[in-house]
Amino acid sequence: MSPKTLYDKIWDAHVAHEADDGTCLLYIDRHLVHEVTSPQAFEGLRMTGRTVRRPDQTIAVPDHNVPTTLDRANAATMTEDSRVQVAALDTNAKEFGLHYYPVSDVRQGIVHIVGPEQGWTLPGMTVVCGDSHTATHGAFGSLAHGIGTSEVEHVLATQTLIQKKSKNMKVEITGKLPLGVTAKDITMTVIGETGTAGGTGYVIEYCGEAIRDLSMEGRMTVCNMAIEGGARAGLIAPDEKTFEYCMGRPHAPKGAQWEAALAWWKTLYSDDDAHWDKVITIKAEDIAPAVTWGTSPEDVLPITANVPAASDFKGGKIEAAKRSIEYMGLTEGMPLTDIKIDTVFIGSCTNGRIEDLRAAAAILKGKKIKEGMRAMIVPGSGLVRAQAEEEGLADIFKEAGFEWRLAGCSMCLAMNPDQLAPGERCAATSNRNFEGRQGRGGRTHLVSPAMAAAAAITGHLTDVREMM
Amino acid sequence: MNKFTTLSGIAAPLPLINIDTDMIIPKQFLKTIKRSGLGVNLFDEMRYDDDRNEIPDFVLNKPQYREAQILVAGDNFGCGSSREHAPWAIADFGITCVIAPSYADIFYNNCFKNGILPIALPQEQVDVLMKDAEKGANARIEIDLEAQTITSSDGEVFTFEVDSFKKHCLMNGLDDIGLTMEKAASIDSFEASASQTRPWV
Repeated sequence: MSPKTLYDKIWDAHVAHEADDGTCLLYIDRHLVHEVTSPQAFEGLRMTGRTVRRPDQTIAVPDHNVPTTLDRANAATMTEDSRVQVAALDTNAKEFGLHYYPVSDVRQGIVHIVGPEQGWTLPGMTVVCGDSHTATHGAFGSLAHGIGTSEVEHVLATQTLIQKKSKNMKVEITGKLPLGVTAKDITMTVIGETGTAGGTGYVIEYCGEAIRDLSMEGRMTVCNMAIEGGARAGLIAPDEKTFEYCMGRPHAPKGAQWEAALAWWKTLYSDDDAHWDKVITIKAEDIAPAVTWGTSPEDVLPITANVPAASDFKGGKIEAAKRSIEYMGLTEGMPLTDIKIDTVFIGSCTNGRIEDLRAAAAILKGKKIKEGMRAMIVPGSGLVRAQAEEEGLADIFKEAGFEWRLAGCSMCLAMNPDQLAPGERCAATSNRNFEGRQGRGGRTHLVSPAMAAAAAITGHLTDVREMM
Repeated sequence: MNKFTTLSGIAAPLPLINIDTDMIIPKQFLKTIKRSGLGVNLFDEMRYDDDRNEIPDFVLNKPQYREAQILVAGDNFGCGSSREHAPWAIADFGITCVIAPSYADIFYNNCFKNGILPIALPQEQVDVLMKDAEKGANARIEIDLEAQTITSSDGEVFTFEVDSFKKHCLMNGLDDIGLTMEKAASIDSFEASASQTRPWV
């Protein structure tokens, strides 16, 4: 048998039909659904008299619109259109008999945090969701990617997707990460290297010692931003850490089924001489705490650098950089650490897990945030919130001056009350720094949770290593 | 879905790289539970000021481009969020063809589900068509999907690549789900076999 990559193996195990031109029907194991990209798909089913083929494999949770303030049980905290969208998900989940975690359920949270937490995401699966950050689930060695609403409808009706196979890219991070450098810094540095279109047409497998050394939480952070590099999906081969994370989760297999699953999962790795269409190697020791200066996730620099000049770039990027620097209100050549911050957001499907909160708490312990700073920590799920409270992290955040919120997407995309006002500048642990992403005219600098915590204390972008 | 066969129309130039789906349709318009009516909010934050007045400099506000049916743009068009509201807004405005050097994967797929033809061409050819588009309403660009050609207003012809299955669906306005359901037997047998080999799923 010819050697295969991990992606090849998962792909081959899910092809339900292949046409002569290579167009495949890829069978989908798990379909995650949230309120923003699904109402039109369910409406489409009704209009055509179709139904959900596998409601038992379809999991719904509201997250984008949901307020994260403590008073959110009060319906007045949501705008009318948000309420309609959340209500539509509620109706659709019940009418079609889906697994459902409503806002009132302690397990509710960001769909990409809830899926793994509840054991829906397992190695070797195909996982889709009408959300580009579905790439997160690749951390388990499952082929996971975002789809549009028409494809959501297609998966609901047929449990398959029409797909052609992508190419294989290997991103290897060799050696050990230096102190103060995290999974977020790895994934941002990779995007800085490849650009936001560098992964287009590929599925990326992340490997190497620094990736192996990451916890499952860290691996999810890395895969989460594979889409920001343009890749269809990011993957990390499952290992003992993966199995340990999955074992005992509510929807993970038990007993003999667990043993059978484990035996297959242990075959899920890229063969030594598998073919790669592209290989990128980065030394972990060369990675520093990263920050974005512009309005594209590829605008990444180490915190020790200066804002670039537009003339440093080539082609269309010159105009784009000029536009970014103006939008961001920066001066070419200024040190990144001179950039003053008025808002700090820690949370999102990129960095809203327990390890992220621990990293922020380690910096914030016994400290106060800068006067006038608006700072919030939004756990990725109700269970993350409960755990952080149990570990005493919530007290550290509150004592430091952070708002301690309920679970949701919050300020990552500002579809809920958490938004930036024009000109406000935020150090955010989320994944996108696009113009207007966190609110019209808002300015976003993407960083790791530890870096965000450091900026909250000093009031400007800060090299967190100086606080360690 | 609307068919796409040929198109002769005005092309609007938008010479920016990395145009993301947040730019195409900002988040506040994702709260709809319909697919229609988003055209008025296409490129909303670039198109209107804080008081909802049109920004005259923005290309789609210029008189000569209000009826544009083609958009010519920079590299990596449609990156970011998977929101299908982006192609819905583009189609609702009346644009059914985008020409750019490259596209983000999810956006590219979403276009075909909505009667929009996204054409990828080498940068030099996009540059020619961008110049063409800058000439305004008298410079019409012609697209022939069957022949896979674009003809500039000066009569220069470029050919483009498109996946044969996607082309077939677009030319005939076919519903993907209906086509897949014809293969229900394959899905049934895959499911039966997977329930034996991976019973824990």
